Amino acid sequence: MYIGELSWPGQLGHLAAILSLVASALACFAYAQTVRSNELTLRASWQRIARVGFYLQTISVFTIFFLLLYLIHNHRFEYHYVWKHSSKSLEFKYLLASIWEGQEGSFLLWLLAQGVLGLLLIRTAKGWEAPVMSIVSFAQFCLSTMIIGLSILGWKLGSSPFLLLRDSGVLDGAPALHIDFDASQPLIPNYLEKIQDGNDLNPLLQNYWMVIHPPVLFLGFASTLIPFAFAMGGVITRRYTDWVKPVQPWALFSTAVLGVGIMMGGMWAYESLTFGGYWAWDPVENASLVPWLIGVAGLHTLLIYRHSGQALRSTIVFFVLGFGFILYSTFLTRSGILGETSVHAFTGEGMNLQLLALIAVFMIPSAWFLIRRHREIPQIQTEENISAREFWMYIGSLLFFLSAILIIGQTSLPVFNKIFGTTIAPPEDVEFSYNSVQIYIAIMLALLTGFTYYLKYKQTGMDLFWKRISIPLLITLLLGIGFAWYIGIRYDQKGLGFQTALWIAAICSIFSLIANASYIWIGIKGNLAKSGGAIAHVGFALTLLAIVVTSSNKQVISENNTGFLTPLGKGENPRQNLTLVKDIPSEMGRYKVTYEQDSVHPKKKLWYYKVRFKSNDGKEEFVLYPNAFVNYKGQQGLMANPDAKHYWDHDVFTYVTSLPDPDKKEDTTRFTSKTVMPGDTTFYSKGFITFGQPNLIDSLPVELFGEGGQVVELPVSIHRRTGETATVTLKAAWAKKQWLPLPDTMQAEGMIMQLEEQKKDGSLVVGIKESDTLLKYVTLKAFHYPYIQFLWFGIWLTAAGLLISMRRRMQQWLQANRT
Amino acid sequence: MKRTQLILLIGIAVCIGVLLSFLKTTSTYDTVETARKKPGQFVHVMAKLDKSSPIQYDALNNPNYLRFAAIDSLGQRMIVEYNNAKPENLEMSDRLVLKGRYSDSVFLCKEIQTKCPSKYKEEEAKGLKHPGSVPLPTTQP
Repeated sequence: MYIGELSWPGQLGHLAAILSLVASALACFAYAQTVRSNELTLRASWQRIARVGFYLQTISVFTIFFLLLYLIHNHRFEYHYVWKHSSKSLEFKYLLASIWEGQEGSFLLWLLAQGVLGLLLIRTAKGWEAPVMSIVSFAQFCLSTMIIGLSILGWKLGSSPFLLLRDSGVLDGAPALHIDFDASQPLIPNYLEKIQDGNDLNPLLQNYWMVIHPPVLFLGFASTLIPFAFAMGGVITRRYTDWVKPVQPWALFSTAVLGVGIMMGGMWAYESLTFGGYWAWDPVENASLVPWLIGVAGLHTLLIYRHSGQALRSTIVFFVLGFGFILYSTFLTRSGILGETSVHAFTGEGMNLQLLALIAVFMIPSAWFLIRRHREIPQIQTEENISAREFWMYIGSLLFFLSAILIIGQTSLPVFNKIFGTTIAPPEDVEFSYNSVQIYIAIMLALLTGFTYYLKYKQTGMDLFWKRISIPLLITLLLGIGFAWYIGIRYDQKGLGFQTALWIAAICSIFSLIANASYIWIGIKGNLAKSGGAIAHVGFALTLLAIVVTSSNKQVISENNTGFLTPLGKGENPRQNLTLVKDIPSEMGRYKVTYEQDSVHPKKKLWYYKVRFKSNDGKEEFVLYPNAFVNYKGQQGLMANPDAKHYWDHDVFTYVTSLPDPDKKEDTTRFTSKTVMPGDTTFYSKGFITFGQPNLIDSLPVELFGEGGQVVELPVSIHRRTGETATVTLKAAWAKKQWLPLPDTMQAEGMIMQLEEQKKDGSLVVGIKESDTLLKYVTLKAFHYPYIQFLWFGIWLTAAGLLISMRRRMQQWLQANRT
Repeated sequence: MKRTQLILLIGIAVCIGVLLSFLKTTSTYDTVETARKKPGQFVHVMAKLDKSSPIQYDALNNPNYLRFAAIDSLGQRMIVEYNNAKPENLEMSDRLVLKGRYSDSVFLCKEIQTKCPSKYKEEEAKGLKHPGSVPLPTTQP
């Protein structure tokens, strides 16, 4: 009926989506039957069916993924998702990014990740396969509904990535594509020929981080399901205790991957977005941090239980809530409820009820089971010893949990508004409203992670404790003095109290760093396989230290001292943007900075600006290429991507904040004439101009200048407000009874001058024109970021430590099951 | 777990305290009119760029000064001043969240959040205004 449509991938995709739904339901049911049946052969056959179901489900999800990739790769714009999220000018890697730019694609990514983890569980969970996998299959079923795209009795269930463009409503408003140019008529058969290109991937997302950050983050999201599934599997089957061994590697894996995923988001923000940092306490960021914090709490209470038999209930609650907050964060970021409070929230796709149902369907039964059965969960009724390691570990876990609750409480302000009909807006300084609370938690956590390893489980002899911890304390003291001397904390904008807290946090982090590093030798004797925990703690302490130091000592170096001084508002710190005129060096911090050149991407309207930084002492020189999409696809404005020079101990980081409008070419400014005497001074926008004595030349060739021809030369000095001086000589000729001024262009000043008249009384008329169309310029903001590399390194180290522990715990579990 | 239970209770109490004091620091969403009535107070105003007045921004003279007019959904207009670079996508935004204070007939803005149609709404696509999607023929048959 329509020419050029490729319909088989869509039909196959729909089929795969339905198969995924049915197969996961089958797997869930069959695994549940495996759990329930007592007879061995029956169990085995149910389990076989369940596995087949799960394999089918995973194959379907992969099929959907590759179909979508195929469609995007071939630019099949008859599919709405392809049209909306990609274009022909995208590079292959960004075609991948197009897959997960939208709601449907990111659910698909989640399904994929969960599917792969499920396959790994089938191989490793042994006796726990059935209860855990029935929950995993149930989760796959629920997520599959998100991409099914069915209308049932007027209810929209999910949103399919295979929706056709002509069914999406997008074309309804385009009469040109309809018969007789009437939008109420059907589409013309060859409508597809008129759709030449897609809507494209948001230019801000055309970045390599968009290729790598979402898969890792969604793997992290998916991984939180597994501790939840073990915990609830244990409660439902009343096997309350023996799930703690197999869950341990998964909890470690989840913390590592989710942590790295969040960090990559931070790196992305830092390297390619322009809010000048890696973390802004944005609701979208918080929503993924909170489950991580709760996961860390659960990880530690799990260890407490394994060593002392306490805190099993807390562990279950933390694992349930960790996953619960993943679902809640999914709701927050995808329902559109964040609206005004988030810079990068997704659109609401009209699936709010379904998203709420997703939370309910997991959390309500969990709560019901926990309330009904919490008395059955074993616990030890003893007063704990405050010299015991588990006591302080428990305090630390509680702190992680409270930190998470505070963050999510503050983040949920829009939800609060929605429920109670209020219109409360976030506070003036959003970041400080979080920092001012979390800094105290950071201090306590740094201290706890520092000394807790030096305590023993159950009870610790204080003599040994002090003996062993004295060396790290001494080193901390020395390093602390060194830190105060060389680095220090400069941030004082929030008063002495907060600055002191930052100092304490930095010193405590140093202590934690040293104490944990020392413990690898003092406590574990350098055994790498066993030192995962200590390594993770070193990484965590380093991360905390880097966060405190980086944020406190970050400096804006593009302070503007050329333009007009504007009256500043109370407590404001503007003037952070500096305009660089092409080829004119400007002072920026300890650098002389020159905008030298620009170039454009061969396929897109992406401009690169070559900016050279040269330190005043001449020892350091580098070039940065901040870039920007200018008037991308006809949309006015620019979208900038920063560039940074990385050193081991700091970054110099810059991005474009303003450019001359390239479409505004016409020069409409006129000359303004000024009558001056030699020696006079007049002002212009960037300083003042002094006129010298005119010089007359009259011995000129008659054939060119006629009788009485003259040339007047007027030396002019231009004094810029920055102190620099330039001189030019304006020239005009009196030739063949005509006055011929020679306009002189001063690029740097954005000014044209000409000598318009020389009067009898000796005064001169000078025409001055100032215009920005003359000039090529770029406005930048630039930062000096100290020790930022340590932040990334700290998180990598934390993840590495966690993965070392994971490997050990997984080996232990598999070994125990082999014998 | 007696000691830990006590600590948990204290922790919860502190949490509630912190969240309550957080509520005290929050600001409000206002219209132009209500913002005008509380000069000097930090507010959030949701408005649109008034495209009939020129945007005043000259990066050469002062890259840290922006002045434009904004209209809220009730049609009230106000002049906004912003001591920073012009937000990247001010012109193509369809909604602005202006955070700042009203003072002396000008809204002194501390932060501008731009909301762009392409990113936030599907409806914009329905009009097919987005370039690169469908070239509409210029002549009728």
